[in-house]
Amino acid sequence: MTERPHLAVVGAGPAGLAAALAAAARGVRVTLLDAAEQAGGQFYRRPAAALGARRPQALHHQWRVWERLRDGLDRQLSTGHVRHLPDHHVWCVDRTDRRDRTDGTDHPVDTGVNRGGAPGGVFAVHALRGPLQEEGVTVRADAVLLATGGYERVLPFPGWTLPGVVTAGGAQAMLKGGLVLPGRTVVVAGTGPLLLPVACGLAAAGARVAALVESAGPKALPRHARALAAQPGKLAEGALYAGKLLRHGVRPLTRHTVVEAHGTDRLTAVTVAALDRDGGLVPGSARRIPCDALAVGHGMLPHTDLAETLGCALSGTDVRVDDEQRTDVPGVWAAGEATGIGGAALALAEGHIAGRPVAARLHGTLPDPRRWAGAARARGRLREFSAALDALYAPPAGWADRITDGTVVCRCEEVTAGQVRTSVDVLGAGDPRTVKLLTRAGMGWCQGRMCGPAVAGLSGCPATPGRRPFARPVPLGVLARLPEDEPG
Amino acid sequence: MNPRELARAAPGAAFTLTFDGGPVTALPGQTVAAALWAAGVTSWRSTRGTGRPRGVFCGIGVCFDCLVTVNDRPNQRACLVPVRPGDVIRTQEGTGRDDD
Repeated sequence: MTERPHLAVVGAGPAGLAAALAAAARGVRVTLLDAAEQAGGQFYRRPAAALGARRPQALHHQWRVWERLRDGLDRQLSTGHVRHLPDHHVWCVDRTDRRDRTDGTDHPVDTGVNRGGAPGGVFAVHALRGPLQEEGVTVRADAVLLATGGYERVLPFPGWTLPGVVTAGGAQAMLKGGLVLPGRTVVVAGTGPLLLPVACGLAAAGARVAALVESAGPKALPRHARALAAQPGKLAEGALYAGKLLRHGVRPLTRHTVVEAHGTDRLTAVTVAALDRDGGLVPGSARRIPCDALAVGHGMLPHTDLAETLGCALSGTDVRVDDEQRTDVPGVWAAGEATGIGGAALALAEGHIAGRPVAARLHGTLPDPRRWAGAARARGRLREFSAALDALYAPPAGWADRITDGTVVCRCEEVTAGQVRTSVDVLGAGDPRTVKLLTRAGMGWCQGRMCGPAVAGLSGCPATPGRRPFARPVPLGVLARLPEDEPG
Repeated sequence: MNPRELARAAPGAAFTLTFDGGPVTALPGQTVAAALWAAGVTSWRSTRGTGRPRGVFCGIGVCFDCLVTVNDRPNQRACLVPVRPGDVIRTQEGTGRDDD
């Protein structure tokens, strides 16, 4: 062996870090590319160094886990086995071994992790460097691990485009990273386990949390009791948040939903109402809550752009992986939220597992699953737990019916629910892609990431993968200058 | 309590930038969006179609609602771009290219 094989890990959150450390410890050279200035991902997002936070853990839980990851990363950085490229925004990963070009023959290379398929590795990871994202960089590697995480799903309602309305995760990210609040009086609303820590964090940082509005009801809990009880730590975490909220004087409103956000140029109040058993509004239950910020979210969606461009099969909206965390494209692994939303603990387990078979296969040996049996059991339990949470926190059945025709659905292109409905009911669109062609919903800057679920819900179709060729906007000059290799 | 007290932050020296011509005090390490939020500003873009105000929505670079003009460069995501002393931040009207 002349040189360590080279793995590119995209994303430095829990999954990417765990995978990078596991692979590096087994003789693999790792390049860790991440869009943020500091490793940690969204879960361990911390104030910028220049803000001088002496107690960043006040905004976090599971800080010990972060310390272990950070210490491991520091050690591997000092040995030179891991290289961390922060502020690198990966826009495409390209496979260069579809045909074996070195010998002029026309047969596909079978494994994709055989080194020597192409000089400098068979994968080209293209990134934009720096906060302005104008300088192109390409990293070549023998294998790729996608730990690209997820983003928040927000279903529309009248007034959701008003300034002051932010995603729950966005409010948390701005608090953790910039030490700022969206307003003085905040309503936290939607559905999902993220709402609890967001409400607690905002309250601890001095916001008045006027209400925590959760559309799921506690009556659904017993149906999922077994999977939930298998994670007593998670339940204790939930109870801890509930206790904190009580101390801050916040009483959660379960089986309630935000009906409308009010204001002309910025948010001044929200109307919330109770939900009946079928997801409809309980007549006479509406009440108006004055507030200057609304943090709202309805669960999460995985980032799958890079996997899709590589041709990896999806399962629903998730990158499909096997027990090794391998995608169906040779040489490409995936871990964390990209393979299905499940939280930081599951992301850690998946990353921890993935790094081992990556290393074995890059060294030309068969991985031994017994080496990660414990982590695999944890992964199984956590996946069961998150499936139970998914069922518990499904958006209320009537959400799409409550969107008024005048409500903007596609925030970028300002396409209304009425236009989407017309494209379906009058013009005959039968799928989100046809809706897009007829209305421009999803053609704007965010490429349908925000409006995708709403368009699917309004048109009565299942959400489909985005099929975006690039994971983020790329300056034409960067495309024109390709390839421009960074020394490996 | 405020977020800085909670995290016991001891930031570097504050500096000034301008937002639509007026002075705004910012801290090193903040993004444009964080600096504007701290100054009580929540919108800094008007939409192309109906001229409606927008600011931060997703906060992590996915939604592009927080586009803003920074030092005459339009379409910068305020939630990602760090502030520097003397930055000139302007509300982005529409595509932000009306001056071209």
